[in-house]
Amino acid sequence: MENHAQINPDQNAAQAVPLVEMKDISISFGGIHAVDKASCDLYPGEVVGLLGHNGAGKSTLIKILSGAYTRDSGAIYVDGKEATITNPRHAKEYGIETIYQTLALADNVDAAANLYLGRELLTRWGTLDDAAMEAETRKVMNRLNPNFTRFKDPVKQLSGGQRQSVAIARAIHFNARILIMDEPTAALGPQETEQVGQLIHQLKADGIGIFLISHDIHDVFDLADRVVVMKNGAVVGAARTSDVSKDEVLGMIILGKCPPGATPGPGALQE
Amino acid sequence: MSDPNQDKQDSALVRFLRATEVDTRLLGMIGALMLIWLGFHFYGVIVNDYGAFLTPRNLWNLSVQTSSIAVMATGMVLVIVTRHIDLSVGSLLGFTAMIMGVTQVWVLPQFLGLGHPLIWVITVVVGITFGALIGAFQGFLIAYLSIPAFIVTLGGLLIWRGASYLVARGETIAPVDQTFSLIGGGPHGTIGATGSIIVGVVFAFFIILLLINGRRQRLRFGFPTRPMWAELLIGGVGVGFVAAAVMVMNAYPWPKGVVKKYAAANNIEVPEGGIFISHGFAIPILIAIGVGVLMTFLANRTRFGRYVFAIGGNPEAAELAGINTKKMTMLIFALMGALTGIAAVIASARLKSATLALGQFDELYVIAAAVIGGTSFAGGIGTIYGAILGALVMQSLQSGMVLIGFDAAIQQMVVGGVLVVAVFLDNLYRRNSA
Repeated sequence: MENHAQINPDQNAAQAVPLVEMKDISISFGGIHAVDKASCDLYPGEVVGLLGHNGAGKSTLIKILSGAYTRDSGAIYVDGKEATITNPRHAKEYGIETIYQTLALADNVDAAANLYLGRELLTRWGTLDDAAMEAETRKVMNRLNPNFTRFKDPVKQLSGGQRQSVAIARAIHFNARILIMDEPTAALGPQETEQVGQLIHQLKADGIGIFLISHDIHDVFDLADRVVVMKNGAVVGAARTSDVSKDEVLGMIILGKCPPGATPGPGALQE
Repeated sequence: MSDPNQDKQDSALVRFLRATEVDTRLLGMIGALMLIWLGFHFYGVIVNDYGAFLTPRNLWNLSVQTSSIAVMATGMVLVIVTRHIDLSVGSLLGFTAMIMGVTQVWVLPQFLGLGHPLIWVITVVVGITFGALIGAFQGFLIAYLSIPAFIVTLGGLLIWRGASYLVARGETIAPVDQTFSLIGGGPHGTIGATGSIIVGVVFAFFIILLLINGRRQRLRFGFPTRPMWAELLIGGVGVGFVAAAVMVMNAYPWPKGVVKKYAAANNIEVPEGGIFISHGFAIPILIAIGVGVLMTFLANRTRFGRYVFAIGGNPEAAELAGINTKKMTMLIFALMGALTGIAAVIASARLKSATLALGQFDELYVIAAAVIGGTSFAGGIGTIYGAILGALVMQSLQSGMVLIGFDAAIQQMVVGGVLVVAVFLDNLYRRNSA
């Protein structure tokens, strides 16, 4: 693996191969470069905050990783090997799971149906094994949100926090190795936000790599090991959160100005 | 669901509904149907001195008339659940019927000889395959070329009606194959008293088996089960309903003329009072019930059905979950086409011919049946049994008005009004229950 600008020098040898690396990714929609030669990487047990204004291209970049969009150019490496990801099923085969900002739940079916959507458990006759799916869902939800009891109701009837926990359960239940969380706390109250924070710590300890996407630096800074900042579809720079201050990161988000503690990317303001 | 404190506060009715887990919508629809039936019957009693509606003869006819619409309505549920529409089913029914007419009247007898036992089989296969292919083609245009279903099938409505004229220059193709015509019902297209009892017993066992299996599944994972009395009640009502249906169908005898011919052909002496030969279940209603069972299975127990509802609830989420929504859309329309093929078999067999007008306005009755049965145009919501009941409601209204001698013009107006009111009531129901 060639040395890349964003591989931080103090990564130790055991982590030399990133869990996932996106390299020079570009995509345009009708002539607009939504993402322009963006690169970033993620190591096991690491939380990388992907920051930027609305429309900076962070959600688009991440949707390329989760298979919702297919990139125009660039490459994705998983465990150092080039990965083909052109639809959501491919991403899931690589252990890449996503919690979308919209949660992407089918509102009219229950928690178990959502949890297993696209990966249903079947009986030996090839029919849906609803009882088994509900039993598994009860187990997962008990761990994640012990107050959750409405297993028979369509998720439309659940509260915002409950819906969120269904979406999270779906992402972590299938042995995710790479977790993408798009604005995970945008719709949550302070207490639920705190719970998500705890969950992130726990997943990190399990060695899962997490991309945390947000337009709000305060959501991310304390949880992230590193931040990658995007502006106008390009990467401004990447930095360890221990090397930069919140104000410096804000400067990256707003002005595209790279502070001394950060590694500049192609989108950095040229001085 | 089984919070004991909550139980005490609720009324007996609410507790009853919760224990039996009966769909209140279903109860409402059965209630409405009963109201229609009793209304027409007693209107007849009062005005004409004769209640013609709740007679074995009328109920038997009703079952036959409902079959073709009911078959198509089960497919329309899936189409509407995925936020599409199919306006072409009536014309497609006419076209497939015409193709089948040509196949069995003009083409096959040349090669196989008139009355060959394979004629009806080949004809049915041709009809269903043909319907499925046209449905798949329309689905392809909708899914892969992103033309709205409304437009594609509106075009189909005109195109297939025109095409069925071209096939035979507007001629009526008759008479259809003898065996084929049995699929449409009629005195000979029935399974008789003994056959009906056997079918009834099989169905009763089926219901009991389903209940036992459901309970066992819940116990396996330690989920709350219905109280025993509720299980017994549901089983009892189900079996009772099957028994009643068998008895009604068996209470309708063959007409005297048919009996006489039959007796002459089989060298049977006809006694003074005539022989009572029961119709029993007609073949078309058995087909409709079979389709209903299979479609319910497909919708509730298979991945295909799960994806249909997920796509209807949130197409984007379905796509992100890795479901191939385009392929699904095409398959759903292909299925709708195949069901239209089956309906065409029933309709043309019943008429014993293929005519140019066959299936005209059927799309409206099919859509109305699905919608009255609780299928929501917002997508994601609908049941197969609801659509079948919806078809029965539509047909009951239609034939009830014929029986009491309403004008054709008034009939149309009433059916139209009922459709609008039914959707309004459905909206009210949803708003209050959500």
